[in-house]
Amino acid sequence: MPDVLSAVLIIMGIAFYLAGSVGLLRLPDLYSRLHALTKADNLGLGLLTAGLALQSPDLFTVAKLLLIWVAILAASATSAHLIARHARRRETRPCPR
Amino acid sequence: MSPLSLTLFDILLLVSIVVLAWTALTSADERRSVILFMAFGLVVALAWGRLLAPDVALAEAAIGAGLSGALLLAALRELPSAVTASGDGRRSHALRHYATQGTVSVLSVALAGMLAWILTAHFEGPARDELARAVTSHLELSGVSNPVTAVLLNFRGYDTLLELAVLLAAVLGILTLGPGRAAYRPSGPIFDALTRWLTPLLLVTAGYLLWVGAHAPGGAFQAGATLAAAGIVLRLAGSEWIGLPRDGAVLRLVMAAGVGVFLVVGVSLLVLGRPFLGYPPAWAGALILLIESAATLAIAATLVLAFIGGRLPTEADRKGDAVTAPAAGAGANPDPSDDGEPRPC
Repeated sequence: MPDVLSAVLIIMGIAFYLAGSVGLLRLPDLYSRLHALTKADNLGLGLLTAGLALQSPDLFTVAKLLLIWVAILAASATSAHLIARHARRRETRPCPR
Repeated sequence: MSPLSLTLFDILLLVSIVVLAWTALTSADERRSVILFMAFGLVVALAWGRLLAPDVALAEAAIGAGLSGALLLAALRELPSAVTASGDGRRSHALRHYATQGTVSVLSVALAGMLAWILTAHFEGPARDELARAVTSHLELSGVSNPVTAVLLNFRGYDTLLELAVLLAAVLGILTLGPGRAAYRPSGPIFDALTRWLTPLLLVTAGYLLWVGAHAPGGAFQAGATLAAAGIVLRLAGSEWIGLPRDGAVLRLVMAAGVGVFLVVGVSLLVLGRPFLGYPPAWAGALILLIESAATLAIAATLVLAFIGGRLPTEADRKGDAVTAPAAGAGANPDPSDDGEPRPC
């Protein structure tokens, strides 16, 4: 039973990664690409972590997996913010005529 | 397991290594090349993991992908755009480019051929794990239970001593470059918040990697790279001292600690009538931990100074900059768009 649940969670996680990657390639501008990538990847990673946690031999491994998940959540949210802020400040406003 | 048994995952890994290497080399945009190179490092780390070499995988991910990538990006920032698009002497430049490419291609093919020959000639038959068996049978004398650490710090300790000496020579070269780049400007509350809890986490992880190296993948190089990552994160967040000792003498002591402690231990053993670096088995674990702790600090200081690209600027440097070369202080991080509101048209 845990194996089946793991497999379902991991496959769902991979589906989110796939959706995020398709968004990265297909969406028109930087902001929507960032949105697709970070949202989908964070949820995908959460599902992967949950699937792997069910396979872990002990709680210490589960704790390490959770730590990795939280660290990547914070890092990807922060880098998405930094990239978006940089892009917004680079933008040139249209000339008032 | 035969050395050539491949799964679908291995084939995907091999293809992406080759494709990433090719695109990183042929990309016209240097920034894109660097980022592809970092991705290449991560995939190579995965490959090392697949080869059951987690120690190498950790080192490749931390140093090959992370720190080298950070160094390359910092170097790219300093690179004048004239280097990439020079109109003068473009023809000779292109010729030289083709000559370099040709030479590198020939050498790469030769290297690949040699590796293939070694693989077929020497990695067949049952004798190929002879060395591994020698290590395993002597593991209990080494003071640690991780065979990689046993080889690096005990059985072939002088190799690691010389590696640390190479790092020391490299950092001495970096220090002769003069004062390093000025600190980045402070980067706002969100990155600061990340820095504030990421830095302690990196410090704890470095300590964990150092300690766990005795019985599982980890050790001084991985711990030192993690510690250096903490320094680089602080540096990117705008901190100037990034945790390095402000006292130049103390900093030099830290830089030399790896080689120094190694040599002191080795020579003390000679005085006690044992071979150079021939630890008595009862003390081996403690001595290895001592050497690895010192090496971790030295490696971290070296990598962080490499990222700064010179010695830490002193008060005198900053005053000198202000008087003689105002552009050096303000122009070290030329990114006027990184502050304030969107530019008006």
